[in-house]
Amino acid sequence: MSDPLLKVQNLRIELTTRDDVVPVIDDLSFELAAQESISFVGESGCGKSMTALAIMGLLPEKIGRVASGSIIFDGEDLTQASEDRLREIRGNDISMIFQEPMTSLNPVYTVGEQIAEVLRAHQGLGQQAAWTMAEELLDAVRIPNAKRRVSDYPFQMSGGQRQRVMIAMALACKPKILIADEPTTALDVTVQAQIFDLLNDLRRQTGTSIIMITHDMGAVAEMSERMIVMYAGRGAEIGGVDEIIEKPLHPYTQGLIACVPHILATVSAERERLLEVPGIVPSLREFGKDQCLFASRCPVRTDICLQKRPPIETDPSGHSVACWHGKDAS
Amino acid sequence: MRVFYAVVLLAAVLVLNFSLMHLAPGDVADTISQSMGGADQEILDKIRADYGLDKPFLVQLGHYIGRVLQFDLGHSFFFNQPVTQLILQRLPATLLLVISAQILALVLGVVLGVYSARKPNSIANYFVTFFSLFGYSAPVFWTGILLLIAFSLKIPWFPVAGMRDVTISGGFWIQFWDVARHLVLPMITLSSIFIALYSRLSRATMMETLGADYIRTAKAKGLSNRQVIYKHALKNSLSPVITQAGIQFSAMMSGAVLVEAVFSWPGLGTLAFQSIIARDTPTILGILFFSALVVIVGNLLTDLALRLVDPRVGGRK
Repeated sequence: MSDPLLKVQNLRIELTTRDDVVPVIDDLSFELAAQESISFVGESGCGKSMTALAIMGLLPEKIGRVASGSIIFDGEDLTQASEDRLREIRGNDISMIFQEPMTSLNPVYTVGEQIAEVLRAHQGLGQQAAWTMAEELLDAVRIPNAKRRVSDYPFQMSGGQRQRVMIAMALACKPKILIADEPTTALDVTVQAQIFDLLNDLRRQTGTSIIMITHDMGAVAEMSERMIVMYAGRGAEIGGVDEIIEKPLHPYTQGLIACVPHILATVSAERERLLEVPGIVPSLREFGKDQCLFASRCPVRTDICLQKRPPIETDPSGHSVACWHGKDAS
Repeated sequence: MRVFYAVVLLAAVLVLNFSLMHLAPGDVADTISQSMGGADQEILDKIRADYGLDKPFLVQLGHYIGRVLQFDLGHSFFFNQPVTQLILQRLPATLLLVISAQILALVLGVVLGVYSARKPNSIANYFVTFFSLFGYSAPVFWTGILLLIAFSLKIPWFPVAGMRDVTISGGFWIQFWDVARHLVLPMITLSSIFIALYSRLSRATMMETLGADYIRTAKAKGLSNRQVIYKHALKNSLSPVITQAGIQFSAMMSGAVLVEAVFSWPGLGTLAFQSIIARDTPTILGILFFSALVVIVGNLLTDLALRLVDPRVGGRK
């Protein structure tokens, strides 16, 4: 197998809070192959977005920093790259779309200008060429009447349309990786499906790898080949989507899957109501501890879970899990 | 529609001014008789009859409004000139002062504000904070006198008073340079408070804007810092500053009265000062009317500027 497009190794990101330095990402490793789509799943505050920002080199200034580990993109370690180099990569080789289409576009510039500006910055296109290209991109993300809408301002568009504009902007330079941070969370269900279709089609056409961040298991199944379940800044389980949904090893993954109402076809006697994973994600203060951070909410907890952090164990198929009782589940 | 409101507002200003002036004790007859060294009741009555001051209030008001509609603001008793002519002579000087001070305050205020928003912990930021607090609390006439002492008397860089040097004659550029030299100190004095105000405001809005989602988007696009700040953030931070500048335009007009007095700047402020001492009612009313006019026009211009900066303002379809 050739080198993966993106290889994250033992990544540790520290956040400086008022009275402490806490690892919001702790020893995370994963790989992304060219043209592959991978999903990050987990509750809010598990470090999914932090990972994305770290790849982009956009961790909050002075608060967050990569403490150790590496992010190798195309043979180049991004954690060591200069700000100028990162600026060349951002929006060009790796681009990102965000959760909030309503506020992610600048309200005082036309959408055409906001798309054209990326092309001018990275592809060296002139004013006119960039604008024509912006029209074509709007058409490609299926905004009707693109020729006219290109000079609209964001406030003249709906949420779904704005997210399409964001996608057009992100794909303008045909990036190798597209990071989509909960791209449909703020949208209507019907619009969500359209956006997923669009992303899938564009991926087929352009061969862009996609990193999806979501807490929607349905979206994962629709979009990705592999998934990474994150819990409290650590990778809990990594593997093929079908395999994990079929046979989740980590009790947290099991809980997450059980929460999805429509994954089990029939509503049976023992599964008639909505399920939940009881409890909440531990506070940041707990993050560095040498124990299983899921222990407080875990139905199969034993003493060792509270004494030592579980190692990551990988089976031959590449399905890995960080749980003292991961074997028991299989 | 906005123009219609402006006209109604102007009419209301007119009526209110006239009524207020009428309520104040003393009139021009008192001043004239004083300058003659006193007069008896008969002469006072005659003067009042000459100037129409013996008529009922409403009749006087009606006459006044009728004349204003014909662009006639009356005749100044004190300066012995038509008020309109008197004001039009002085208005350019005041407009020059106010507009240049406004521009200086806006440019410097925004630059300082943006700079300190970018570097919240730098020494420069503390300097800006200190400077704006200082500018905000120092009275205009005091700042003016200090500047005069420092830069006209101790270090004679700038002239002490007035707008032109009568001994200088020459082509346009020589005159321009002369006026500019006279303008520097009054302009700085008048704008000091507003520099402080705008820098604090633009600092606050800039900090808020820099945290916005679309700034993150701009960074994620790989744009340079300069583009992120001066293209994406600045244009969004300008609206509140422009709105504030529109509101402060009237404060600047009244600030100009003091500044003109300190620097003997031959503008409306000096005229207002003289005519109030002389109880020259038509001139005072005329000045008030023109000030209101300038402020209203200023507000209309503010609206226009806002539309330019923010496409969401105004009924764009």
